[in-house]
Amino acid sequence: MVTAVTSMGRSGLSDWLMQRVTAVILLAYFAYIGVVVVSGVDYVAWSDLFSQTWMRVFSLLALISLGVHAWVGLWSVFTDYFTERMMGTAGNVIRLVAELVSGLVMFTYLVWGIQILWGL
Amino acid sequence: MLQVSIYRYNPELDSEPYMQDVQVDTAGKDLMVLDVMEMIKAQDTTVTYRRSCREGVCGSDGVNMNGVNGLACVTALSKVVKNNKLVLRPLPGLPVIRDLIVDMSLFYAQYEKVQPYLQNNTPAPAIERLQSPEDREKLDGLYECILCACCSTSCPSFWWNPDRFIGPAGLLQSYRFLADSRDTATEERLSKLDDPFSVFRCHGIQNCVNVCPKGLNPTRAIGHIRNMLLTRAT
Repeated sequence: MVTAVTSMGRSGLSDWLMQRVTAVILLAYFAYIGVVVVSGVDYVAWSDLFSQTWMRVFSLLALISLGVHAWVGLWSVFTDYFTERMMGTAGNVIRLVAELVSGLVMFTYLVWGIQILWGL
Repeated sequence: MLQVSIYRYNPELDSEPYMQDVQVDTAGKDLMVLDVMEMIKAQDTTVTYRRSCREGVCGSDGVNMNGVNGLACVTALSKVVKNNKLVLRPLPGLPVIRDLIVDMSLFYAQYEKVQPYLQNNTPAPAIERLQSPEDREKLDGLYECILCACCSTSCPSFWWNPDRFIGPAGLLQSYRFLADSRDTATEERLSKLDDPFSVFRCHGIQNCVNVCPKGLNPTRAIGHIRNMLLTRAT
């Protein structure tokens, strides 16, 4: 069995399942946001919507889902293209740097998102 | 005259591969691609490729014809030729030994990984292990694979990770034994597949289904393996 320590859940099945579940959450979230926007929304209504706890929870769930989904997807892309097989030993360095940078970006977005949602 | 462009590479003479243009007189007949390759070989005996049964059974002559993998012996010119031009290349993703011949070691190593043989730890019966017609039917569409490698070498996931992703051909065989009612090693087989590469590098793009000369469906078999892993783990 091939081992991988940088994948989301260390197991292919767990990564696969997380990607599917997060995709459904993201679809539901953006479909809802789409409906709200299309049905017409002003600042007051928008502000009211995001002041409700359930909407903040839903938004945070979507934000975490986005991070997980992006990690599983990008990790697949990085381990396809930035590899020793494709680029020589430089591939390993580039892959680790790419993983680190995308991890940092996702973490930053998450903290920033919490800050925005709860108006901290 | 059919315009054929054929991939040439002899590592002992050429510093790098090149495409050689050849004209072949097919006399207006809808020949098989292998017939055309034989005619080219008659003109230039150094052109090299694998072939054997010439009827789609042995799986030796898998090549890339106008960008699509297939068996040269059972692919008619009318199916692949566009604008009277035929481009012949070796199967993509594997190291080229010479001209259209690729080194299949990586492909076979993945096949070996799935232990493509029946494993049964119960005492052997006096005559044979019986199987109901219903259980036998589950193997249809799985056992017919001839290991021509057309599917695995059309799969980008296999191109990028041929040492870690088992590939459609190997996974089809893996499921052939997972689905066999006489095999008792299901748990051991599944536990070897639950990593991010062996099975889960398949993103379901179905290039394998598109090119299989035997009309098999590795993507469906991979889906069944995934479901077995999911059922086992949840």
